[in-house]
Amino acid sequence: MLEFILERANYWAIIGLMMIGLYITFASGNLIKRLVGLSTFQTSVFLFYVTLGKVAGGTAPILFGADAPAHGGGYGAEEAHHAVTVPGGQALGNASAPVELVNTYSNVLPHVLMLTAIVVGVATLSVGLALIVRIREAYGTIESDEVSEIDLETALAQEAEIDQWLNGAGA
Amino acid sequence: MTGVLEGDIGMALVNILLLAVLFVVAIAIARLRSLFAIVMLSGIYSLVSATWYVVVDAVDVAFTEAAVGAGMSTIVLLGAMLLTSRTAKPDKKFARLGPLLVVVATGVMLIYATVDLPALGDPNSPVNTGVGMQYVQINWADTGIPNVVTSVLGSYRGFDTLGETAVVFLAGLSVALLLGFGERSLAESIRRGDKVHGRGKAAPSQAKPEEDAS
Amino acid sequence: MNDDHHVILRVVSKMLIPVIVMFAFYTQFHGDFGPGGGFQAGIIFAVGVILYALVFGVPSAMRAVPPVFTRALAAIGVLLYSGVGYWALLQGGNFLEYQALFQEPPGKHKGQHIGILLIELGVLFAVAGAMLTIFYAFAGRVAEIRDKDW
Repeated sequence: MLEFILERANYWAIIGLMMIGLYITFASGNLIKRLVGLSTFQTSVFLFYVTLGKVAGGTAPILFGADAPAHGGGYGAEEAHHAVTVPGGQALGNASAPVELVNTYSNVLPHVLMLTAIVVGVATLSVGLALIVRIREAYGTIESDEVSEIDLETALAQEAEIDQWLNGAGA
Repeated sequence: MTGVLEGDIGMALVNILLLAVLFVVAIAIARLRSLFAIVMLSGIYSLVSATWYVVVDAVDVAFTEAAVGAGMSTIVLLGAMLLTSRTAKPDKKFARLGPLLVVVATGVMLIYATVDLPALGDPNSPVNTGVGMQYVQINWADTGIPNVVTSVLGSYRGFDTLGETAVVFLAGLSVALLLGFGERSLAESIRRGDKVHGRGKAAPSQAKPEEDAS
Repeated sequence: MNDDHHVILRVVSKMLIPVIVMFAFYTQFHGDFGPGGGFQAGIIFAVGVILYALVFGVPSAMRAVPPVFTRALAAIGVLLYSGVGYWALLQGGNFLEYQALFQEPPGKHKGQHIGILLIELGVLFAVAGAMLTIFYAFAGRVAEIRDKDW
């Protein structure tokens, strides 16, 4: 039972962080605070992915030692690992057979996905912030309830204007 | 089944400590109203999570998170905060109740779902038996690059990275379209003369026409 | 004068900024062998310029690295990346197939090394240019980040 809990405690902690992020996004009316909550949420999703790729006893996925013979050598030194290649098509990916590794490495795929997602995350965050700056310039506030209040007033005023115009045309 | 318990106890302690710091920072973000403090705490959150990535072997992700989360996104958030406001409005007492209920319900459901997840560090989980580990195995014969992250990023998943680069480029473009190219501040400072910034070399004749950015 | 009370910041950052930019290029070109790559290097390069802007003022940073340049840099980066793909196409391979760049048999890695170097350079340009464009867009809205605001 204790083992079961310990093996999943990381997931639970990450879910807790994710829920705090969701709460910030949900409960606060301030748009900048909302975006900060969103990026908190995003970071915990990254944490979750990277946790899934962890292999017990593994190390960072940078080949070393016997797994990378002639590491750092020039092109001439690469003959050492030609034995593991099999003749195949030109197409990438089916040129080689999987080899047994000496060292244990963690899973690389979540790292790659999250690495690009972080950079795209900051880019989209800045688009959101740019929109908030424009909202502030248009409405004079960045509280979402005040923004919707102003929207409502504008809609009512337009409605009244149309009514007035229709009445004027009818008379 | 013995992934965590077999690992040394120091790593587990570091893990718990870092997650505790993350919790404290996240709760502080939820409770604070000063936007400056919130922005700074979100930078700290990113930095601590970068440390945590190192613990779970994701050194490249840690590097990116430290550079992006603590550097770039803090700067962007500060820039936006300077242009908008410094404090958030206090939220109403009962407005918190609904979100809290939804969040707790979602959290309970997600935790219920983790029962089916593989244990932390399990080498036979579906994640760790798929294409990810295969990349590590064939990488050296295929590309001859020791850092598997780089070769997967650039070679095996080159299309993906091309798309991400295009997204970053488009995000930069759309921010520039929304806010202007930022030449207004240059124009203003040149018009004010260079007496504030003593070391300017630009003559007033070089002043660009002020862009109507607003 | 107001110029005086940032003197330590100025001197220190004058020494630090070249180191930051050097570190960005180290990250870039050492990405094959250790943690790092185009994304990180682009951000670090942009942060070096942003530090200059924060300490010496946005206008002098704009004189050093003009906004036109950053915009163009972002576009050049994406073009460089897709250009490598078209190079592989012209050599008779698939899009972004580095093995085809020098028409090598499997097991030879010159094309992989050159291709990854070039696309990482494209990523560096795109990320650095886009981040600096974003920073200039935000910083250009206010006249300058003033001391009395803090």
